[in-house]
Amino acid sequence: MEKTQLAALAATLAPDAQVVQGKQFVEITLLPTELYTVAEKLKNHSDTALDMLVSITGMDYGSELGTVYHLRSTVHNHMIVLKTRVSDRENPEIDSLCGLWPAAEFHEREAFDLLGIRFRNHPDLRRLFLDSTWGYPLRKDYKDDINILAK
Amino acid sequence: MEEAVKAPVPEQEEYVINMGPQHPSTHGVLRLVVSLRGETVRNVEPHIGYIHRGIEKMCESITYPQIIHLTDRMDYLSAHINNEAVCLAVENALGIEVSDRVKVVRTILSELTRIQSHQLFWATFGMDLGGLTCFFYGLRDREMILDIFEETCGGRMIVSYNCPGGLMNDIHPNFQKRTKEFISYFRKTLPEYDRLLTGNVIFQERLKNIGVVNREQAIAWGLTGPVGRASGFSCDVRKHNPYSAYDRVTFKEILYDEGDSFHRYKVRMDEMWESMNIIEQLIDNIPAGSYAEKMKPVIKLPEGEYYQSVETARGELGVYIVSDGNKNPYRVKFRSPNFVHLAPLNLMSQGSKIADLVAINGSLDLIIPDIDR
Amino acid sequence: MEFSIYDFSSFTAWIDSSLRASMSPGWAVAIEMILIGIAILTFYAIVGLFLVYAERKVCALMQNRLGPNRVGPGGMFQTVADLVKLLFVELVPIKNADRALFNLAPFVVIIASFMAIGAIPFAKGLHAVDLNIGVFYLMAISSMGVIGVLLAGWASNNKYSLIGAMRSGAQIVSYELSVGLALVTMVVLAGTMQLSEIIEGQRWGWFIFKGHIPAVIAFVIYIISGTAETNRGPFDLAEAESELTAGYHTEYSGIKFAFFFLAEYINMFIVAAIAATIFFGGWMPLHVFGWDGFNAVMDFIPPIVWFLTKTFFIVFLMMWLKWTFPRLRIDQLLTLEWKYLLPINIFNLLLMAFLVLTGLHW
Repeated sequence: MEKTQLAALAATLAPDAQVVQGKQFVEITLLPTELYTVAEKLKNHSDTALDMLVSITGMDYGSELGTVYHLRSTVHNHMIVLKTRVSDRENPEIDSLCGLWPAAEFHEREAFDLLGIRFRNHPDLRRLFLDSTWGYPLRKDYKDDINILAK
Repeated sequence: MEEAVKAPVPEQEEYVINMGPQHPSTHGVLRLVVSLRGETVRNVEPHIGYIHRGIEKMCESITYPQIIHLTDRMDYLSAHINNEAVCLAVENALGIEVSDRVKVVRTILSELTRIQSHQLFWATFGMDLGGLTCFFYGLRDREMILDIFEETCGGRMIVSYNCPGGLMNDIHPNFQKRTKEFISYFRKTLPEYDRLLTGNVIFQERLKNIGVVNREQAIAWGLTGPVGRASGFSCDVRKHNPYSAYDRVTFKEILYDEGDSFHRYKVRMDEMWESMNIIEQLIDNIPAGSYAEKMKPVIKLPEGEYYQSVETARGELGVYIVSDGNKNPYRVKFRSPNFVHLAPLNLMSQGSKIADLVAINGSLDLIIPDIDR
Repeated sequence: MEFSIYDFSSFTAWIDSSLRASMSPGWAVAIEMILIGIAILTFYAIVGLFLVYAERKVCALMQNRLGPNRVGPGGMFQTVADLVKLLFVELVPIKNADRALFNLAPFVVIIASFMAIGAIPFAKGLHAVDLNIGVFYLMAISSMGVIGVLLAGWASNNKYSLIGAMRSGAQIVSYELSVGLALVTMVVLAGTMQLSEIIEGQRWGWFIFKGHIPAVIAFVIYIISGTAETNRGPFDLAEAESELTAGYHTEYSGIKFAFFFLAEYINMFIVAAIAATIFFGGWMPLHVFGWDGFNAVMDFIPPIVWFLTKTFFIVFLMMWLKWTFPRLRIDQLLTLEWKYLLPINIFNLLLMAFLVLTGLHW
């Protein structure tokens, strides 16, 4: 589907969100509260048909934490990017999308492990790479005196 | 902050076995905690992180050409293709068009990488199932490709030959001759592989209907590469979003419907034939031209986000770069195929035997450093 | 008093008479038994060493490489070096293991194979015990080896060893049935269970030619079952390194492990020796009725050479199978036996009986 058409359709499906046509893909920035509902609508609507979750990227925006979802439609061969941010750095919580795409399970565990973002309703939210005493390395304010040389 | 939900507790009559981080058939440091009832697998829980090196964190403090050297070490059997992914992301972000020569050489090297990765897969898969001779035959033939790499790129497995803008150096004068020799040799040798393993009744009985994944599950779990194609999911990035010289070669995308371990194996064997076809279409007409574009000494990507996907030997590798205009990226995320393929291992091995777990693990062809990054 | 390499009975008769001349009959028999024991022990050790070396060289041949070639001329002393190293390995005592059974298990396995070697005819006159129920005795004795396997798995106090031992035990017990039936098929052709009579009956044609179709089928079944009996080849799931459990001998180290290792190779030799005796004539050279010149040439080669050549050829065949095929899963293994080999075996037995009754054999 053409990017402009896709952007228009996304705007109708997610009226409160901010829809932008990026250089490559249509990008939708959402509030964490409407993430699950919008994702579900985008998955089930026949013209968007986002049936494959490509990746979930945990981001640290400095003052906020967030996640970026790359979703693809194998039927129409287009990709849409969903973004969301949480401002609470102590207890960031975002809804899990495991109910829609089982592939989200490991990606969300990785985001939890490296950034500390908790996902509600995740079937098995545990640390993936690191042990429980480690901090959250991908955060911009992560300090490790031994391994990282602070500039 | 303590951990969330604990791991599931095994029921009575189940016992737990550890396929430890060091194991001849987990292909790397992967720990599988297997709950068994008798001989049947009830739950498989992978524990990873033994080779987590923090590549994504490291990328935030190094320059873009330096990232290339880290990507070699992720999926080390598709080293060249990993390099190509980052180079393409940077080149597309800067709007640079590389010369045809670079595109063709990158494609040829990518296909050679794919063949040598599948050769290693064949060697270790046979070994896991007990046919220890396969290991020697597969690696013997792989040596020919590694010699080509060493001559042109300087390294056997860790190549680091691509750089943003093109290649580090022009190809060696012997490159075409050696590649053609290899193709003609391997066309005669590959049927031997089929005679030894593919047609063997024992081999087929061990693999048919083991670890079945249907097409909907493949899409829902995000399985790409040979694993996805064996389930009927057409996901070849080279066909859907062609890059480098893939739009000027004709090749088939190998698809099967059954989705069991045997067909995951068959897809890789057939892909070796297709790769040889691609190389043959390109090897005789490598266009003349420059081997690298002139780039600024310090590469700074304009502010924004860039996503590039390529087809490694194992699936779709996605590189997602978020740049804030500096010479170091703000965030780099590697969507590695192996990371995604590990997740449904539990689902695939429900109800199978321990010996089948080894077969399924082998047919997924996991490279653990790619999972851990 | 001439000793002939073609007939060892003169040699053994000389030993017997000289012993009886110098001491009482009871003592003479005792000394003879000790001598036989020493001879078999020596044979065991030498053949064991040779077979381990041969396996590594055959494996290398299949895998397009050289194999051991540094220690000694052509790598001949590699096995000796390995044995010396195994003697130096620390014997790790297991906590909470049943010490008596743990130490007993390797010996049970070795003793079973010893007793089997005693009954095999190596050459004319070189036959330790010539029982009139020879075949029956061999089948019974090789079944005793499984006791050692189960003891080893149980006494190790290790769940992995137990699983491996259970698998091995199930496999061995199932395949004994096929081995037994295949041998019984040939006994039907031979008409006797005594091994020397069986060999004598093959003077004018080995049984595999005499019995043609059923004999060839019986041979194939025997080789498959014999390989499975010894936990070798495509049937070695119980001790495969790339599977989960390392088998019943996980907890054994040093000389005790060497016993299990050696016993496996000697069992392979025994299976091959029985096949050579019953299907290929044992020490009997290849004779064709009526070709006297040819028979004279064949007779020129000593029978002991015939026997060893046939046995080692079958050993080579078993090694070839191991290094070519992938492994069978345990349930596929048992399915093969109970659903395929057993019915074929029974049918083959009937076919052989029909052949003998109607005189259709050569």
